[in-house]
Amino acid sequence: MVIQLLGSCMLQAKKITCKRDHRVLFEELSFSLDRGSALQVCGINGAGKSTLLRILAGLYEEFDGEVEWDLEDYPLFSGHRAGVKDLMTARENLLWAANLYGQNVSRDEIDEALSQVSLNGFETVACGAMSEGQRRRVGLARLYLLDNPVWILDEPFTAIDTDGVLRITQRINEHLAGDGVVVFASHLEVSIENMQKLELAR
Amino acid sequence: MWGWFHRLGSPKSFYEISGFLLPAMFALAGVLLVTGTVWALGFVPQDYQQGHSVRIMYIHVPAAILAQSGYMMMAAAGAVFLIWRIKLADIALQCAAPIGATLTFLALVTGAIWGKPTWGTLWVWDARLTSTLILFFLYVGVIALRSAMDGRESAGRATAMLAVVGLINLPIIKYSVDWWFTLHQPSSFSLTEKPSMPIEMWLPLLVMVLGFYLFFFSVWAVRIRTEILNREYGTQWVQSL
Amino acid sequence: MNILLATIRRDLLLHFRQPADILNPLVFFLIVISLFPLGIGPSEAVLSSIAAGVIWVAVLLATLLSIDVMLKGDFDDGTLEQIALGKQSLLVVVFGKVISQWLVSGFLMALMSPLFAMMFYVNTEGMIAIAVGLLLGTPTMTLIGSIGAALTLGLKKGGVLIAILVLPLYIPVLILGTAMVESAVFGHSYTGHALWLAALLVLSIGFAPLATQMSIRISLSQ
Repeated sequence: MVIQLLGSCMLQAKKITCKRDHRVLFEELSFSLDRGSALQVCGINGAGKSTLLRILAGLYEEFDGEVEWDLEDYPLFSGHRAGVKDLMTARENLLWAANLYGQNVSRDEIDEALSQVSLNGFETVACGAMSEGQRRRVGLARLYLLDNPVWILDEPFTAIDTDGVLRITQRINEHLAGDGVVVFASHLEVSIENMQKLELAR
Repeated sequence: MWGWFHRLGSPKSFYEISGFLLPAMFALAGVLLVTGTVWALGFVPQDYQQGHSVRIMYIHVPAAILAQSGYMMMAAAGAVFLIWRIKLADIALQCAAPIGATLTFLALVTGAIWGKPTWGTLWVWDARLTSTLILFFLYVGVIALRSAMDGRESAGRATAMLAVVGLINLPIIKYSVDWWFTLHQPSSFSLTEKPSMPIEMWLPLLVMVLGFYLFFFSVWAVRIRTEILNREYGTQWVQSL
Repeated sequence: MNILLATIRRDLLLHFRQPADILNPLVFFLIVISLFPLGIGPSEAVLSSIAAGVIWVAVLLATLLSIDVMLKGDFDDGTLEQIALGKQSLLVVVFGKVISQWLVSGFLMALMSPLFAMMFYVNTEGMIAIAVGLLLGTPTMTLIGSIGAALTLGLKKGGVLIAILVLPLYIPVLILGTAMVESAVFGHSYTGHALWLAALLVLSIGFAPLATQMSIRISLSQ
């Protein structure tokens, strides 16, 4: 009897080649990621970290090669821009984010997610009145609210204090323990289990 | 089959094949255009209403025809690029737009010159001239978007999208302008829709139209070849040329 | 369906919290229309004969001004890429955004139009025809405009460029709308014009959101 094992491979990137302005960012890049593992993308500014992450998220389409996700929906993506509306309160922003992912969340769940990123008391503050770090944390609160198996985080630690960095790495580890997948770009050395590093050189 | 399709669509093989065909295309275009022009200027009889000024038709009508079918070919290239991502189609679109716009402009100018002896003014809001003017705007839009996006990798797809949207709108615009014209000027004299054109006027026109087509394709191919060299600069096959 | 309503509610909320984006095009509309009698003279015969054209062209321009901001805000703060990556269909969200955009621009201008028609000495039949025509024509303009807005996202000179891309596509609506008023003023039936405008609206509901959705994905790919 042959038992078909469910493949644990979540992401396969095959020979991704990307050019910008006649300059090759990366050529024939191949890697794969299993469930429960993380990938840190490093490299100097302009090496193409953001572009690679946008390719993996399905946002950037001008490349050759293949990206295969074992996934029905798009991954959860946190980019350069916080993805937060200045005119809406923290709570409204997260409610809208949950709406987009088709998830029904209660106000308590939202407030809980906000307190996880140390934003208690800011629930009804318009994001435009917040500091850059706080605004980014509103965006990152989605990590506590939405149950999407794949996260793609572009510089998640920018404008976040040391305590915040610890909390987010802890959250990433929890997510990996639950068979999730995380791809992130950062210069920081963070302690994340089961992590590969991808150095983009020029 | 698909492999063959993609190989033919590769910039390199286009460059090779077109290099082989171009001299013949230019020669044939030249022969047709010279024959048509001499025939039209020297041998076609005068029009009983318009006199000698009817001869400008032999530039105006081919230019107007090419302006329209040029847009269709450009938008078709756009559709091919959006669906199959064949890079040659993107290059073809980018290169067709300025040629098409120039021919549209030529059609407008010759229409105005023709209008002066016929109507007494340079411009009349005639249905055909008006829709040619709008076609010119559509070309300008494609060129403007392309140049505004210079350096962005997705520029090709954005331009292709616009060209396709324009193509879908083109018949609607044309019908509405025709309808608008009949509404406001029900019994006016139209330039080219003559009830019956005698064969000795019609035949040189056909020669000119064919000549314009061949000229269009030749210039298009030259532009595409230049753009291919520009984009593929640094690849092995371009370096070894 | 849920996300459609949620989108409309969100966008209306944003509009009401930043009313300048919707009020400025409306004020522009008012000013442009008032300029014509000043430039042409207050003659009743002249004004009533150009009324339909003036009002329609002013609506066209004001729609263009307001369409510019429809997607730009969401693009700039990164919420548009969140929408594009959500589980919900981008197509439905786009449709919702178009509806809320229309409610605060074209719809309001259509409601205001009889007033201007009156100031231009148009008779009652003409006033009704202008309002009905705009109610049918402005959603088409917003739908087509959204394609231009999506294509020019992130471009520095987006505003003028949208006008160049989109204005030629507005010509059929303009022709039908003004002809409809003319027909009405002379007491003829204008059901045919209205049906044609409705047909264009149905066509653009079918195609435009699709094109806008694709254009958004293209513009996000940078």
